[in-house]
Amino acid sequence: MKRAAFSQPLMPVALLLPQLVIIAVFFYWPAWEAIYSSFFLQDPFGFGSNFVGANNYTRLATSSEYAKVAGFTVFFTVIVTVLSLGTALLLAVKADKVVRGAKTYRTLLMWVYAIAPPVAGFLGALLFDQNIGPITDLFAFFGYNLQIGLNYNDTAFAMIVVSVWKQIPVNFIFLLSGLQSIPVAVREAALIDNKSGTRRFWDITFPLLAPTAFFLLIINITYALFDTFGVIDIMVKGNPASNPITLVYKVYTDGFRGSDLGGSSAQSVVLMVLVLALTVMQFRMLERRIHYT
Amino acid sequence: MATVSVTDISKTYPNGAQAVHPASFDIADGELIVLVGPSGCGKSTLLRMVAGLEDITTGDLHIGARLVNNLDPAERDIAMVFQNYALYPHMSVAKNMAYGLKNRGASKEQIVAKVDEAAEMLSLTALLDRRPSQLSGGQRQRVAMGRAIVRDPALFLFDEPLSNLDAKLRHQMRVEIRNLQRRLNVTAMYVTHDQVEAMTMADRIFVLNAGRIEQIGTPSEIYRKPASTFVASFMGAPPMNLLSAQSVGGQVQIGGVALGLSCADGDVTVGIRPEQVAVTQGGTIPFKLTLVEELGASRLLHGTVAGQDFVVNAPNDDAALADDLMLDFAPDALHLFDAQTGQRL
Repeated sequence: MKRAAFSQPLMPVALLLPQLVIIAVFFYWPAWEAIYSSFFLQDPFGFGSNFVGANNYTRLATSSEYAKVAGFTVFFTVIVTVLSLGTALLLAVKADKVVRGAKTYRTLLMWVYAIAPPVAGFLGALLFDQNIGPITDLFAFFGYNLQIGLNYNDTAFAMIVVSVWKQIPVNFIFLLSGLQSIPVAVREAALIDNKSGTRRFWDITFPLLAPTAFFLLIINITYALFDTFGVIDIMVKGNPASNPITLVYKVYTDGFRGSDLGGSSAQSVVLMVLVLALTVMQFRMLERRIHYT
Repeated sequence: MATVSVTDISKTYPNGAQAVHPASFDIADGELIVLVGPSGCGKSTLLRMVAGLEDITTGDLHIGARLVNNLDPAERDIAMVFQNYALYPHMSVAKNMAYGLKNRGASKEQIVAKVDEAAEMLSLTALLDRRPSQLSGGQRQRVAMGRAIVRDPALFLFDEPLSNLDAKLRHQMRVEIRNLQRRLNVTAMYVTHDQVEAMTMADRIFVLNAGRIEQIGTPSEIYRKPASTFVASFMGAPPMNLLSAQSVGGQVQIGGVALGLSCADGDVTVGIRPEQVAVTQGGTIPFKLTLVEELGASRLLHGTVAGQDFVVNAPNDDAALADDLMLDFAPDALHLFDAQTGQRL
């Protein structure tokens, strides 16, 4: 193979520079700052900081409140990922089988995706509004008083529903295109080989969908961990104390509300390591079982 | 192994397009029939209707003694080989072949025995653990065959199985498929647009055009007695020459030269195969030569007879050719067709 060569030694560096600068400014620098300040205890009013070693970390490790938030985050992430992927898969499989009016049907299902995330979050919050929310009304009809932002479980429920709802269209689009990229002849061969539609799905369709599903799994876990911030913010109404929050939201409240920059930095570092570990694990465990065509 | 009986089977799509006009035919046990025709003639649709991949709009389809119209493809006791092989990309060769058996409740030992036997037959034994992506086109084709064989189906269906192979491999696989089908003595329907495949493999050929079966016959019948100008021009390479001619006083003439054939007065179409024309000094029909194609064993002379395109397949004797030649047609090599309907007279 012929290797492309630059006559100017600085040329490749110059070409890479914009990308490197962006990564450096928006990832490495903040990451370094977080790691650095996680070893300090900052004065809330900005009058300097003291080196405290791993103190911020040990404080996290022994904090029952942190453990509670971490527990909820795991629960929240798992349930949001499972529900949004599962529902989207069901919808995609059904949409794939629609023959008449397929385009209209698919467009309707993707519509939510076209709404900007904050607007979708706001719309979701409106559905659960204490006074005018139709879902609140529905619960009231069955005699249950849904109290978002006041009752821990109710808030958690609304957070999960809105987060799942927002993520379904993304998953749906990817899964549907994944389904449609499975060669028709392969499905027909399966039709001749196996009478049971359910067995065909798990034996043939699902394994061929696995690369898409694996990609979505990572995307969804990241989404549930990080991108649900807006939804949580709207649901807890600035009152995180008695409400369920995730680790990311705690980083924000401790750092910017509680002015505990060191502790909040330590939390970000923990999150960073967590995501790194998760991604490596997913690739190690899952990718080898996935067949890319 | 079974007979197939088709009665007035037809296919109309919801938008009103009629892909297959009502057709009836029977296939004998162990017979290989080839459906041949140009793209869009309905040959694949017909095959897919037999497979159960397309609904049958009207008519009855029996495989063996069973009416299978409303049975799922998996219940029809058929096996199909697809053009692009349609192997399961995430399964090994062995698993690809075993999948259909497994779902029919065969025991582990039975499956292993069957797969090994088929692999042996198709020289796939060394490849059983490979994935389809690690195989060549010819090997994939064999796996697709193996997947069909292991099930011992009543009927084999082939949907242009060799179209994706190169010419040499195609020839080799053609012979292999034919041998295998004879050895297993299994009934088969084979779809192709390649008339050479049709001629060489078929017990009987079905020539389709625009959703209708134009002719059913053995390869030699199709070649010697084409039922219409369509069949005459579709089967044979180069195709049969078709000339507009007139019958005057009961005698068929081209450009004023009588051909020694008689029929009712009026316009007719005269057909003659390029290989049945002799170039000779004593010929009666003038031929204007425009182009010579060398084929090695023979050569194709392109030109005109009475102002109409005409091809002669002449033995290659290296003789220099003049621009104006004389041709001789043996009267019994000529075919007469109705000028309007194209039907054989």
